[in-house]
Amino acid sequence: MLKSDTRDPATFPRLLLTLLAIALLWPGIHLSELNPGVLFQAGSRREMGNFVSAFWPPAHDPDFLALLWQATLQTLAVATAGMTLALILAVPASLLASRALSLGAASRAGRLGFWSRTLRMPVRGLLVFLRSVPEIVWALLFVRAVGLGPTAGVLAIAITYSGMLGKVYAEIFESVNQRPAHALLQAGSSRLSAFFYGILPDAGAELVSYTVYRWECAIRASVVMGFVGAGGLGQQIDLSMRMFAGAEVASMLLAFLVLVWLADQLSRLLRGRLT
Amino acid sequence: MRRLIDVSLVLALLAAVLGSFAYLSLDLQSLFGNGGLDQMVAYAARFLSPDLSAEHLRAVGNGALETLAMSGLGTLLAVIFGLLLALPAAGRFGWPLQSAARLLLNALRAIPELVWAALTVLAAGLGPNAGTLALALHTSGVLGRLFAEALENAPPEPAAAIRLQGGSQVSAFCFGTLPNLWPQLLAYSLYRWENNIRMASVLGFVGAGGLGQMLYTTLSLFQEAQASTVIIAMLVLVLMVDALSDLLRQRFVRA
Repeated sequence: MLKSDTRDPATFPRLLLTLLAIALLWPGIHLSELNPGVLFQAGSRREMGNFVSAFWPPAHDPDFLALLWQATLQTLAVATAGMTLALILAVPASLLASRALSLGAASRAGRLGFWSRTLRMPVRGLLVFLRSVPEIVWALLFVRAVGLGPTAGVLAIAITYSGMLGKVYAEIFESVNQRPAHALLQAGSSRLSAFFYGILPDAGAELVSYTVYRWECAIRASVVMGFVGAGGLGQQIDLSMRMFAGAEVASMLLAFLVLVWLADQLSRLLRGRLT
Repeated sequence: MRRLIDVSLVLALLAAVLGSFAYLSLDLQSLFGNGGLDQMVAYAARFLSPDLSAEHLRAVGNGALETLAMSGLGTLLAVIFGLLLALPAAGRFGWPLQSAARLLLNALRAIPELVWAALTVLAAGLGPNAGTLALALHTSGVLGRLFAEALENAPPEPAAAIRLQGGSQVSAFCFGTLPNLWPQLLAYSLYRWENNIRMASVLGFVGAGGLGQMLYTTLSLFQEAQASTVIIAMLVLVLMVDALSDLLRQRFVRA
């Protein structure tokens, strides 16, 4: 008869790790003033209750619906225009940054020489800088520079997304089979035609699918950027929240959810069609 | 026919792009032409000399610690709630609870952190507490869904073996399912933590504490030098968290 063993051999290290994690996180509780109980205090519960009870029915008078429609269109337009500007910057930058079009690498079986690495550094650095500042920070800066409204949102999306798209495009160029491009380069074709005939046919589907995915993200981002005054749905949500107009907040959140869902469906359709 | 649809899709895309520029009536000419660009360059130049005085650095350090704590605790709370919600969402307690849990997870996930933060600031007042709760709410939705999928895909045999040997439900879960699942759970949590440190540093824009609040106030007061220090601190924080989570991933998430 087998005897059951109640020991767990891994108890000690697990306990130690847990204690360590708690010791590290303990000061965090003070720093973040964490207190979920405040949500359930009578005062804030009443406030919240009043606000949320106004959610139903969502605001639906014609004037407000017209405003909502305009805001939604603006959000969509900000995302699309921002993506277009981002592409204008990202495509040349990715061509400059990608190692796939290096003449040196083509004649050395894909290994990069010192110069081909160093000359690409500044472009790569620029792309890192552009994407590591969050888009909402750019939006905040541009709202100060060019004033409230959708222009700030468009510029913010253009800057952050050009960084992301440029980096990912460059990586996609490097991830496809390099031999056609190398053969073309060594046969004396220009870099651009090596790109068009050696790399683009392989990479096209992935490029389109990533771009469409980013467009979907841009819609979400443009809603969020409205909170710092960059126009569109977000700005209206922020305004209604400040006026404690629960009904308006509810219908705008609904509009946002529908918009995100539609963008999701459309992007699925486009990816299915164009790739 | 297929070609026709593709061509019309491309034409529709072009129309959408042109339509959005027309709708926004973006006047890039006036934005960058006749002195506009010079103004922007002058504005940008004021960020080039960050304020490195000891006093401001201390304030920024405090803000950074606050942001770090917000992101860490928000993620931890989300891991706990996410796991609690993932068990019913993976269908462990029957289908009524499963669909209810899925609905809740979708609702939590669909609303962005910043909107949650605006709501929690209303409910819990200004400060990092609101930010932590907002992060926890949105991230529970995301992690709950990921955890539920991981639970559904986990191999059932180890847990079944323990049950057949007479082990309880709980010990079957703890010693049969969890060890297989744990690297994946940790990987998802670390990934969300990296995301949350970025979000935590901007949640302050709606008053939820941390570096974002400092950036918002300094920019509103036109103190570009101070704001520039805050932005640098944000970048450093993000890079540090990325490095740390990479380290943890290599140590604990063996592929």
